[in-house]
Amino acid sequence: MKVDLVVALAGNANVGKSSIFNQLTGLGQIIGNWPGKTVEKAEGVLLHHGKHIKIIDLPGIYSLSTYSQEEIVSREYIALEHPDVVVNVVDATSLERNLFFTLQLLEMGTPLVIALNLVDVAKKKGITINEIKLQRLLNAPVVPTIATKGIGVHEIVDAAIEQAAKRSSASKSTIRYGPEIETRIEKLERVLTGVNIGYPLRWTAIKLLEGDSDIVNKVGEKHPDVIVAANILAGEISEIHKEPCSTVISSERYAVAARIVKEVQTFKESEKPSMGELFDELSMHSVWGYVLMFTTMLSILMFMSFFGGWLSEIVRNLFESVNPHMTGFLPDLLWNGGVVGFYATLSVALGFILPFYLILGVLEDSGYLPKIAYLMDRPCHTIGLHGKACIPLLLAFGCNVPACVGCRIMETKRDRFIAIFLSTLVPCSARTVVILGLVGAYVGVQWALLLYIIDFILIFLIGRILNRFLPGKSVGIIMEMPPYRLPSGKVVVKQAWNRFKPFLMTALPLIILGSIIIEAMRITEILYLVSNALSPITVVWLGLPAFTGFLFIFGILRKEAALVLLMTAAGTVDIRSAMSPVQMIVFALVIMIYVPCVATIAALVRETGWKKAGLITLTEVGLAIFIGGIAFRLLNVFM
Amino acid sequence: MPQEHIEEYLEAIYDIAGREGTAKTTEIAERLKNAPASVTEVFQRMKQKGLVRYESHKGVSLTGKGYKAAIKMKRKHRLLEVFLDKMLHLPSDKVHEQACKMEHTLTDETETALCKTLKGPTECPHGSPIPPCNLEVKNCQECFSEQNLTLEKRDKDIIAITALKHGEKAKIVFVRGGGGVMQRLCDLGLTNGTTISLLREAPMNGPVEICVRGCKLVIGRGIAEKIFVQKT
Ligand SMILES: Nc1nc2c(ncn2[C@@H]2O[C@H](COP(=O)(O)OP(=O)(O)O)[C@@H](O)[C@H]2O)c(=O)[nH]1
Repeated sequence: MKVDLVVALAGNANVGKSSIFNQLTGLGQIIGNWPGKTVEKAEGVLLHHGKHIKIIDLPGIYSLSTYSQEEIVSREYIALEHPDVVVNVVDATSLERNLFFTLQLLEMGTPLVIALNLVDVAKKKGITINEIKLQRLLNAPVVPTIATKGIGVHEIVDAAIEQAAKRSSASKSTIRYGPEIETRIEKLERVLTGVNIGYPLRWTAIKLLEGDSDIVNKVGEKHPDVIVAANILAGEISEIHKEPCSTVISSERYAVAARIVKEVQTFKESEKPSMGELFDELSMHSVWGYVLMFTTMLSILMFMSFFGGWLSEIVRNLFESVNPHMTGFLPDLLWNGGVVGFYATLSVALGFILPFYLILGVLEDSGYLPKIAYLMDRPCHTIGLHGKACIPLLLAFGCNVPACVGCRIMETKRDRFIAIFLSTLVPCSARTVVILGLVGAYVGVQWALLLYIIDFILIFLIGRILNRFLPGKSVGIIMEMPPYRLPSGKVVVKQAWNRFKPFLMTALPLIILGSIIIEAMRITEILYLVSNALSPITVVWLGLPAFTGFLFIFGILRKEAALVLLMTAAGTVDIRSAMSPVQMIVFALVIMIYVPCVATIAALVRETGWKKAGLITLTEVGLAIFIGGIAFRLLNVFM
Repeated sequence: MPQEHIEEYLEAIYDIAGREGTAKTTEIAERLKNAPASVTEVFQRMKQKGLVRYESHKGVSLTGKGYKAAIKMKRKHRLLEVFLDKMLHLPSDKVHEQACKMEHTLTDETETALCKTLKGPTECPHGSPIPPCNLEVKNCQECFSEQNLTLEKRDKDIIAITALKHGEKAKIVFVRGGGGVMQRLCDLGLTNGTTISLLREAPMNGPVEICVRGCKLVIGRGIAEKIFVQKT
């Protein structure tokens, strides 16, 4: 397909880029009220007045002097891929900080449209912004928008098309620094002529003066002399200002931003604290904050356990009431394999997975996740991480795959590796299905809780070990704290659906197929051959029924499959007759730890490489078998 | 009364009572292994010099002047510890004792030179923070690049963000350390001269939340301790 125009959305975290992207493209980028949720760029195409416009959603970025990995993605894209227009999404409630980045974009000379988003929230806060003045000062079109309601989003595209058309004649409006800096930028620009690394000249010069390591490396590879010149010039500037050159330049940019804000913004402060602030006070309180956090987590778990169990029961009874109870190879295969597989998956999906995604959506959209990062920062230090790591770790409760990718918000390689490793140990929704659906439903919810606690202890211990033996030191947390927002029901439902859809599309058929295969193998007794091969581990060491061996292998594909297939393999829906409580607990424990599913392994390979992915996987297999065996022996003493 | 003696007392009071608290006479006596009677005698003398507030039934606390003198000693002590540990590789159990003896004879010039040579360390070998210097600089780079030691002394009382009270406002005057973290703070609006306010801090030396240029930021304790401000 021919694309007429490429438009990239860029701006600070949490300003509504993904919301605008979704409005324009109709796609389902995850929206959430926490920094670092978009770590990869997303693409979509919009048909606007007969034109095909490619929209790119970029990760949040605060400054072109990047700090974490997702920011580099944005910067590389803007600087090197040359989108036709960059739409800088700006948060109207914190204009000054947002303009700091806008000024950097102007400096790069990219054709720019400003989307002044969140004007509704700004208005509520008593902030009014004179867009016309802002437009004049920045010399770029400014479009006020309310992304969640879709207001102004199409005007952005109109402005972008217009801006692209006059691209050639776009006047170079950049900020001017003090004369002592300007002369040195010019000098360096002269040295730089003939050096082409794909970035605009003035911008390259400024970045070199700032000592930006990425640009220094790129230029220095071929032109070490330029770096020497830049260092001398930067040294002169810092001599004058008694400050490193890079912070001098940042300070000047902020001074310009502050001046603009003063001219365009009026602010009427309201006396009474808003609901959000009161809730801040509670949720970040030294005592009540933690109480709230733990009760929230516990109630989610309890709710899921009871709701899921209740719904599964209903679905099962519904289907069993129409069971024709025929025997023979084909009816067995179809009913025990196909139908049981189908309704077991359905009950798992509706009872556990969908509700969890809904709850996660509310947590994400409300802005509660960053509060957890704040509360947990100190405890996280004991495992060598800082509070931001809590965000991917919490996401991992939904699914480990986005969690591994989300670990890119960690600033150092070391922190990232620890966070990724620990994320794969977090019981995801699929494992929750096994824990709650098996242990919670048949043994007791307190035992399910115990499994979680064991898992958390394991995460803590592994974190400590990694922290101890990995070289390097973790940097501290620096994170923006977004304000609370009332989650929009539409967004939450849509988001849950977007996450749920792949489950229905891939997992459901896969599990039904697996279920039929297992049933066939059970009838033909091949199942026992496979299972017997694994019996030294499953039967002798773990004390489980032999048929579970095959489930562990199948569970690598999808862990929730292990529960569904357990029923098929046991040849009964009532698992109680096939397994003792101890066996159920051990089974769930091993499933919980033993190996990340294939999708997670693939994500691990992508994020960390083969070697580390292999290391993580093997460690977890070893741990699961080891702990499972110990648990079996201990539990037999107590139960 | 030797100066050395008073300095030991200042440090002891600082260790026990901190900036605002009060230390009991018995606590100090125990720490310095002196008889309570002679301790009270020293307190009286320190009171005359304006270093402490002392009332026999309440105990002793540092005045502004006393506090400054105390953290100056702490700074010298911990810098020396780093020096003895990093440069001279003394066994770690000897470091403290030796530093205790040396700190009293260290001049301010030597202190600054030591700090520069050690590349502006922020923690002693035991992990306690080293108080910042009192030179008129905006950050450590400035000091490192300055050839002669003619920097002016700053008279103002500067404190780390973490020492602010909740809701208190202050102006950034000095950011210690350097590199990527400093640049990021700057890019988030924490430039020199910016007014910030401390909103809250998490328990057990957790991170702090501050408000800067209308945005809320969470900053880890280790970083926040390196951002110095002056109350407005
Ligand atoms: N009230 C209001 N909320 C918005 C608006 N735009 C975005 N949001 C909310 O702000 C949060 C962050 O939005 P998102 O699109 O994920 O931001 P991104 O990080 O820039 O992609 C979400 O909770 C959105 O629902 C707006 O114009 N008005």
